[in-house]
Amino acid sequence: MSHHIVEVKNLCHVYPDDTVALREVSFLIHHGESVAIIGANGAGKSTLLLHLNGYLTATSGDIRIGDAMLAKATLPEIRRTVGMVFQDPDDQLFMPTVFDDVAFGPMNLGLAAEEVEIRVADALERVDASALRDKPPYHLSGGEKKRVAIATVLSMLPEILVLDEPTNGLDPHARRQLIALLQAFHHTRIVTSHDLDMVLELCERTIVLHDGRVMADGPTLKIFQDDELLKTCRLEKPFAMQGCPICSPDKKPLPSQSPLVPPHSSKPHDHDHKH
Amino acid sequence: MLAIDGTLLDFKQLDLLAMRQTAIHRLDPRAKIITTLSFIVCVVSFNRYEISAMIPFLLYPAVLLTVGELPFGYILRKIIIVIPFALVVGIFNPVFDREVLMQIGSLDVWGGWLSCLSILLRALLTASAAILLVAVTGFPAICEALEQMGMPQVFAVQLLFLYRYIFVLTDEGVRTARARELRTFGKRGLGLRQFGSLVGNLLLRTWERAERIYMAMLARGFAGQVHTRQRGHFGRNEVMFVAGWISLFVLLRCYNVPQLFGRLLTGTLP
Repeated sequence: MSHHIVEVKNLCHVYPDDTVALREVSFLIHHGESVAIIGANGAGKSTLLLHLNGYLTATSGDIRIGDAMLAKATLPEIRRTVGMVFQDPDDQLFMPTVFDDVAFGPMNLGLAAEEVEIRVADALERVDASALRDKPPYHLSGGEKKRVAIATVLSMLPEILVLDEPTNGLDPHARRQLIALLQAFHHTRIVTSHDLDMVLELCERTIVLHDGRVMADGPTLKIFQDDELLKTCRLEKPFAMQGCPICSPDKKPLPSQSPLVPPHSSKPHDHDHKH
Repeated sequence: MLAIDGTLLDFKQLDLLAMRQTAIHRLDPRAKIITTLSFIVCVVSFNRYEISAMIPFLLYPAVLLTVGELPFGYILRKIIIVIPFALVVGIFNPVFDREVLMQIGSLDVWGGWLSCLSILLRALLTASAAILLVAVTGFPAICEALEQMGMPQVFAVQLLFLYRYIFVLTDEGVRTARARELRTFGKRGLGLRQFGSLVGNLLLRTWERAERIYMAMLARGFAGQVHTRQRGHFGRNEVMFVAGWISLFVLLRCYNVPQLFGRLLTGTLP
């Protein structure tokens, strides 16, 4: 099915202030694949994502979603196909109630009221948020907001889901819930994150960006075993792949035992600020 | 500064009140808007020394409050916020207007005092009507109704966004203020100078957020039109509500009922 393919060819992007964000990025994602895009802060992840539904225009290079080349004429169809979930759910939930928000996309597609009703109910059901339907967004908890944000996209029946830092700012329980939810989807999924443990669970394939370039593209496990690569790209193995610092036999001192940096700060907590 | 926190919480409560299900809440928002508007027009159209004729108008807020099952103390606190502003408007009237209009015992009552009191009463009536309208309707529903009644959509959407993001923005403002306060140790810090950059910073963050929201809208097929559900139905109940109240307002506006009542009791009715 060529229908669900994301192809990026020699994509370059230079911001108006001459910052080069992407240099010759190319990859091909097949139907149903779950791909992580990882990299340090400022590696170009967010810039890349914003190209996938045409919010940013490439300085050079091509993007193909399904059979359509990304261009002005194909934008509406591409935006329906690529469901984009943004990092901060407060940016995504802008309508007065959860229902209105989830209905926003379908209504823009010009669907009839009954069809909209069905789609909203389905989408909320899938993220287990049916009870929140009439609540205003600022009365929701962080995890609820995130799930509703995903529903706002699901209601458009996208074929490809793009998620920017989905687990950012969630408590462990909400994070677990979200990972389970995403695992249940059969969409093609493209995820950026600093939460490498989630990447390990969720994505069979990983693309590593560094300085706007693709440094590696392959099976997630293989990439996380390449210490050299991780080091150059300012990344670290997921915790699940690191030995336990207390009970593992080949105990080596943690790199972070200087007094200013408590052990926990090595956790990939930092936010990815877009500029 | 951190009192903003409390005010904000209070604001959310107004929103929760609007989610109740009483006879008043169920009415179409348009009916409530029309009635409230005619109420306000009637009240402000009295002459400037009028007091007694306005008193029966308290009936409308009282009915909304009771039928809408709203907490009296909470609403009263909201209304009291406006009173100082009205006081500022009226406070100089007694100074400038010293014409004696009335005598209570041996006390001369200047026109200024009467008009000042009249302004306060007007403020009380109109503010309570407006706040009660929000409490029994909800802000988003009011915006939608205004749009249905012919207000251009740009304004309606503008208001909706204002309402949605005022919480997010005040949150950001409060965080900034807190960060500043924690590092000024109760002193004035760098004084006025830093407020410029503080506010500028807030503006830039708002700007960035606006851009991200627009992105999220585009990603979901936004093409310049916000489609809202057409809720509500202007039926018999609504017509009765509007017609009933408006005729009462007009009646109360044309006849000074307390005065008539007084004359009736004292037997001086012609």
